[in-house]
Amino acid sequence: MTDRFETLAARIDERFGEQMLRVESRCGELTYEVDKDHLLEVATALRGEIGFEMLIDVCGVDYLTYGSDEWLTKSATETGFSRGVEREPVILDEADEFDPKRFAVVYHLLSLQQNLRMRLRAYTGTSNPPIVHSVVDIWNSANWFEREAFDLYGILFVGHPDLRRILTDYGFIGHPFRKDFPLIGNVEVSYDEEKGRVAYQPVSIEPRTLVPRVIRDDNRYEAALKDEADG
Amino acid sequence: MAEIQSYTMNFGPQHPAAHGVLRLVLELEGEVIHKADPHVGLLHRATEKLAESKPFSQSIGYMDRLDYVSMMCNEHGYVLAIEKLLGIEVPIRAQYIRVMFDEITRILNHLMWLGAHGLDIGAMTIFLYCFREREDLMDLYEAVSGTRMHATYYRPGGVYRDLPETMPKYQESKFRSKKEVDRMNADRQGSLLDFVEAFTDKFPGCVDEYETLLTDNRIWKQRTVNIGVVSPERAMQLGFTGPMLRGSGVEWDLRKKQPYEVYDQLDFDIPVGVNGDCYDRYLVRVEEFRQSNRIIKQCVDWLRENRGPVMIDDRKIVAPTRVEMKDDMESLIHHFKLFTEGYCVPEGEAYAAVEHPKGEFGVYLISDGANKPYRVKIRAPGFAHLSAMSEMVEGHMLADVVAVIGTQDIVFGEVDR
Repeated sequence: MTDRFETLAARIDERFGEQMLRVESRCGELTYEVDKDHLLEVATALRGEIGFEMLIDVCGVDYLTYGSDEWLTKSATETGFSRGVEREPVILDEADEFDPKRFAVVYHLLSLQQNLRMRLRAYTGTSNPPIVHSVVDIWNSANWFEREAFDLYGILFVGHPDLRRILTDYGFIGHPFRKDFPLIGNVEVSYDEEKGRVAYQPVSIEPRTLVPRVIRDDNRYEAALKDEADG
Repeated sequence: MAEIQSYTMNFGPQHPAAHGVLRLVLELEGEVIHKADPHVGLLHRATEKLAESKPFSQSIGYMDRLDYVSMMCNEHGYVLAIEKLLGIEVPIRAQYIRVMFDEITRILNHLMWLGAHGLDIGAMTIFLYCFREREDLMDLYEAVSGTRMHATYYRPGGVYRDLPETMPKYQESKFRSKKEVDRMNADRQGSLLDFVEAFTDKFPGCVDEYETLLTDNRIWKQRTVNIGVVSPERAMQLGFTGPMLRGSGVEWDLRKKQPYEVYDQLDFDIPVGVNGDCYDRYLVRVEEFRQSNRIIKQCVDWLRENRGPVMIDDRKIVAPTRVEMKDDMESLIHHFKLFTEGYCVPEGEAYAAVEHPKGEFGVYLISDGANKPYRVKIRAPGFAHLSAMSEMVEGHMLADVVAVIGTQDIVFGEVDR
């Protein structure tokens, strides 16, 4: 981590104190988490006082299945390598409340003058649908990025001037990038001769997993062991 | 005279000047545009979600298909993000090869842009000139990766293979006489580097030709000067990057400011515009032709002098060669594991950005320690540029919409992802 990053981090810590929480990064990047209630205040100050004049990217993240794998790797199995990974998707969209750390909105900021980048993450809390303040008034580039996050994750941005779907079809139902939305989708389209128009019907293909998702503990990446190996 | 009322007009998605599948709903008063509402997503393929369902290295091919006129630069962003998470350093020769192909890709992209942009606003000849040179660069892609477009040449840890010692040659046929084939093969007698060098020698002359056709052309200037003016403040506010930002006079280029690979050891200049109109952005991109050519030349010189590996020597990430795999038990295991399961990337998140021909192409990767990415977010430059469409065309005439679409260098593969 360079000095310039640390200087910036010190400035942010001093200015915002408890409002922003620094997250450790192994890649030398600066990441902060901010409570969604303070988001507008923090974003305004980051642009005005700290000098992040550009918002490079806004994206939604769904942490529903974070850290879960489809195939056990810690013990020996009798069935061996299995293609038939069957895992019923958990439909949570109807739930009254979400896990507070399920949805997050991640902002990537860039300061041209100081030549620095930082990342800001705001969890959307328990509400269904997830709601967070829009930053369009602070950085105009957020407009379409927030529309995209709304379209793909169903995150509502309060104060957005034109929160419409952007990437999916007209009249699309659901939010396709949520982890409980199946990869094959729910509906398929075909041309209906009788009706004389394109019609929707439930998907006819089977979901399949070609490579199961596995998580292996790799000691090479353990910080403590790595330091030892490096001497 | 009847009173002219404002009305709404649909433009695209099947329109030759829409650069793919752009649908614009325009609010017009007479021929003056009040508001433009771009409807995108007709080419949405959920690349990011697909990438989440596959091991890391199987998604490199998807990256080619994002911005399908600058394929290797997309790959570059993605492999850089993986390498950042894995914490690996790419061999120096691979870095030079990557930089060389990034710049070849930049020329490839700008040639496509210049040809199509010219065609859109009434300059037919330039298209033919651009595609003549483009063919040579496509041949380079083919020689090094086997495909003319979707290369999948960059891999985490380096590049797929070293530069070939021979160039494929044209064959005589019913349609091509011996004389013609000999002329086409003249530069292809040596290695790939010889061919690249021959290209860099002739290319500045080609750029002069393009400039003769356009730069002082009265019609070209009428169509581009003072069209789609963006002030530097607005450009930053709207998230512009690349030539769109530089055209407005902001000196910002990741290759200089946040150098990746070996850009900090190469000598090149960053052209910037003054007025922020379509003409300035044209000039910026034309100058980028010359600067890219300079970079390629330096890379060729370096690559000639220095040999070495083009892939890291880590069997946990890079598959062994076919020969090793047939010969050695350990290699066979590595090969099997890498192709059935892939490698696990340590938990964490990384954002890697490259100076793509269109702007900043970034890949934000979240890994939870599995063999597949947990979340991939592709930050496509065209997406931010297109979102400013309404602001850029407001008050202009209908015909200027086409000039603005052209100057934004929109490719729907990356906008819709």
